[in-house]
Amino acid sequence: MGLLSDPNRRRALTNLLTRLNAPICVVCYLAGVMWFMGLAFEPFTLRTYMSENAMGSTMVEEHFPAGERALATGREFAAHKKKVGGMPVNWLVKTMESRGLEVFTQSFTRKLPFPDENKERYLVRGTNVYGILRAPRASRTEALVLTAPCSQGNANNQAVGLLLGLAQYFRSQVYWAKDIIFLVNEHDLIGMQAWLEGYHHTNTTGGDWSPLHGRGGSIQASLSLELSSDVITSLDLVLEGLNGQLPNLDLANLFHAFCQKIGVLCTIQGKLQRNDWESTSGYSHSAQTMMLMVLKQASGRPWGDHGLFLRYHIEAATIRGINSFRQYKTDTTTIGRLLEGMYRKLNNLLERLHQSYFFYLMPSLTRFVSIGYYMPAFGLLAVILLLRALDLWVQLGASAPGTEDGLAEREQDPRFLPLLNKLVISHMTGVALYCLPVMSQEMAVQHFPVSETEAVVLTAIAIYTAGLALPHNTHRLLQGEGTEHGWRVLKLVALLYLAVLLGCTALINFSLGFILALSLVPIAAFITPPLSAAIMVLLSPGCTLLYCVLIFQELQETPVSLQDGWMLFLSVISQGILDHSLYGSLVYPLLALLIYPCWLLLWNILFWK
Amino acid sequence: KRNQCYFKRSLNVVCTSRFWFNYRHVANTLSVYRSVKRLGIPDSHIVLMLADDMACNHRNPKPATVFSHKNMELNVYGDDVEVDYRGYEVTVENFLRVLTGRLPPSTPRSKRLLSDDRSNILIYLTGHGGNGFLKFQDSEEISNVELADAFEQMWTKRRYNELLFIIDTCQGASMYERFYSPNIMALASSQVGEDSLSHQPDLAIGVHLMDRYTFYLLEFLEDIHPSSTTNMKDLFKVCPKSQCVSTPGHRTDLFLRDPGSVLITDFFGSVRKVEITTDTINLTAPMVHLEDTRPVRELRTEIQTYMDQLPVAEIIHQKPKQKDWHPPDGFILGLWTLILLVFFKTYGIKHLKHIF
Repeated sequence: MGLLSDPNRRRALTNLLTRLNAPICVVCYLAGVMWFMGLAFEPFTLRTYMSENAMGSTMVEEHFPAGERALATGREFAAHKKKVGGMPVNWLVKTMESRGLEVFTQSFTRKLPFPDENKERYLVRGTNVYGILRAPRASRTEALVLTAPCSQGNANNQAVGLLLGLAQYFRSQVYWAKDIIFLVNEHDLIGMQAWLEGYHHTNTTGGDWSPLHGRGGSIQASLSLELSSDVITSLDLVLEGLNGQLPNLDLANLFHAFCQKIGVLCTIQGKLQRNDWESTSGYSHSAQTMMLMVLKQASGRPWGDHGLFLRYHIEAATIRGINSFRQYKTDTTTIGRLLEGMYRKLNNLLERLHQSYFFYLMPSLTRFVSIGYYMPAFGLLAVILLLRALDLWVQLGASAPGTEDGLAEREQDPRFLPLLNKLVISHMTGVALYCLPVMSQEMAVQHFPVSETEAVVLTAIAIYTAGLALPHNTHRLLQGEGTEHGWRVLKLVALLYLAVLLGCTALINFSLGFILALSLVPIAAFITPPLSAAIMVLLSPGCTLLYCVLIFQELQETPVSLQDGWMLFLSVISQGILDHSLYGSLVYPLLALLIYPCWLLLWNILFWK
Repeated sequence: KRNQCYFKRSLNVVCTSRFWFNYRHVANTLSVYRSVKRLGIPDSHIVLMLADDMACNHRNPKPATVFSHKNMELNVYGDDVEVDYRGYEVTVENFLRVLTGRLPPSTPRSKRLLSDDRSNILIYLTGHGGNGFLKFQDSEEISNVELADAFEQMWTKRRYNELLFIIDTCQGASMYERFYSPNIMALASSQVGEDSLSHQPDLAIGVHLMDRYTFYLLEFLEDIHPSSTTNMKDLFKVCPKSQCVSTPGHRTDLFLRDPGSVLITDFFGSVRKVEITTDTINLTAPMVHLEDTRPVRELRTEIQTYMDQLPVAEIIHQKPKQKDWHPPDGFILGLWTLILLVFFKTYGIKHLKHIF
């Protein structure tokens, strides 16, 4: 007889499973965490290398000469920006035309669901200006994009100046095989979203923008430049995009190759690379870099203007110039040469970047772990859920002894009904958490002395905590529960639901899935009715978010007190809701509509009586 | 004694790679083309096949040029390049058809290799290759067996007198391993298992301009002039391992003459022999048909001999093939030692005398 169909052997197996279940789960959890932390250990990572043949080993001598002129243009831009009090559209159009580009503008309006207190905007109206450099001899089938944001105040003036300087230099060359689009976008991400939607003729987020009159073909790659000082000490590369999507690793390899060639200090996550991987401090440095990347990816928001390009399968990255207190400074001409070299390499591309990895984590700029190496960490956590589900299945099967399948089903049928009730109620709470904060802000403002943003955030937290009281309240409404084993069925369903949810999340955004798994898997695995409610609340998704915020601040070397951390937490919630409605970020709907109801199901188990 | 001057020269120069980063293969081909044109071979005798247009590639910072030396010293594209097969026309099928002459009647003369049994042919191939194959256009391959069979077809159809085959790819020697037709001499830039390396990157154009073997071949050919007496033995010495990093190879066992007596200009140059006479020739008398004074028996005897296609005698008598002696494998040695040890252990050393 087979292993599973022989009743004796099956009983032996299930006994083994039941006996060893808890120890195996604990071991798996620890192994998952150790595996994840081990990813930052240098011998377990791979050195980055250029995978694309077309962007091969040969380099060109860069000749960009006009760094000082670019800075002068940047100062002119700043003056005009201050005079107009926003984006100096006419001046930009005139300047770009004088450099020989085909210039077009796009105006857009956007009404945010509630005022954004971080950036102080509610009704946004702006204009994007972009100039297209047509390839002298090629047909207009492909394009590259260079963007610099038009920010308020004194930020990013040098970036726009350098962009215009590069435009003038590029215009006099004959070797461009793709059109180059120089874009200055207003209101950073909102303007970028409007431009991209206009370019690709999609409208997914309900913005209002004028159609684009000039196009350049399908965009192969894009770089966003953020430069706020005349000289810099290092260049920072930002990769994380919307919903945790990352550009092809070849783009990061390209950046690093040019940093090495030109001799500019390059960082990722703002952290320099260290050579002493054997020492504890060296290892913790890599681990911190990797954790920063994981947290940024998990937040699902675009961390630079490039983040919105990734959705259209355009490889994009943001290069940020940082001016700190080092002695060795790099001037604008050198940055211009670096960008010139990168664009000449991208010019040689024959197809979109696809040879290197799309899913990776980087403990430092020259080391990476690919999805094949980091996914087992999540797999070990997911296995815990499956083991517990199996264990429950065995227990449920054993608690109905001697009944055939048909009888057992009929017996279990009424047991599923209160289950269905709880499922529906949990999901309705989730829907309320998703819809009500934004919808009821006016009512909240009328009744309470708070601003709209605070109203939205506090409503969300209120609904979240109200969900905690649900089991008590719904008890009186529903009858027919309280069977001794009813909670096991609920737990089984919740475990499988959580496993599917976390699995799907980890496939799309590994960091988000892993962080949620870290906090949710232990409670899901070990919850039984007489468990402490405090632990449940401490490991709930909301509190996980709070811990992440605190850890993020700690890793950024700007630790905050609990008070400031709480305020930051509130602003993170509001940003999450805004990201969802403005750019289509999926983190807030995922947490509100799926993770929170799942957690509520588990919360219901606590109060099963 | 047959004078090589009376033999026509024909060339087939082929570049099989496309894409901008394979610039050097086009530069290789154009360099050889330019050298033979300089030595006097006209375009009507050259079939030039280039798989991609580097001169007019959008990425070329100097349009309408292909350089073979860095710092743009030497433009091998020039003003009078005549490309016969261009772009997607460079396929394995077209290449083999050109060699064997099996072209549709509508093919123009410039696309045909107009050779007969009094032609010395030079074939130069470059691109990406491997052990036993050469890659055409990133989509197909020609194997060394196919090439050998094509040359045999050429021999059977009397399409060449002597053939010089030069190949500059990785593991190029594998391509001439299978030749079995007579009168072929072959050179390759690297042995099996070795990669042919590229030579000079140009920092303004951003690509490698030439491969090493062809670079030094070009340098060697620049010293040849139509009346030079350099022979093939000097050509074999081009690009030793110190310059090329790979080991160039050659094959002369199928060639009937001694390589030392073969001049470079027999293949690369077109030589016109001029005879100065001081006698006057009377042109007023009518033409008189000369008698056919060639002895008949010359037509009857076969000057060339064919290689034995099916060595029946060897097969029947089970003569062992002339293989290089390899020392026995370590494994085989070890196995036999083990067997012997076990035998002697079991049965004792005194049985030794029964064996020997």
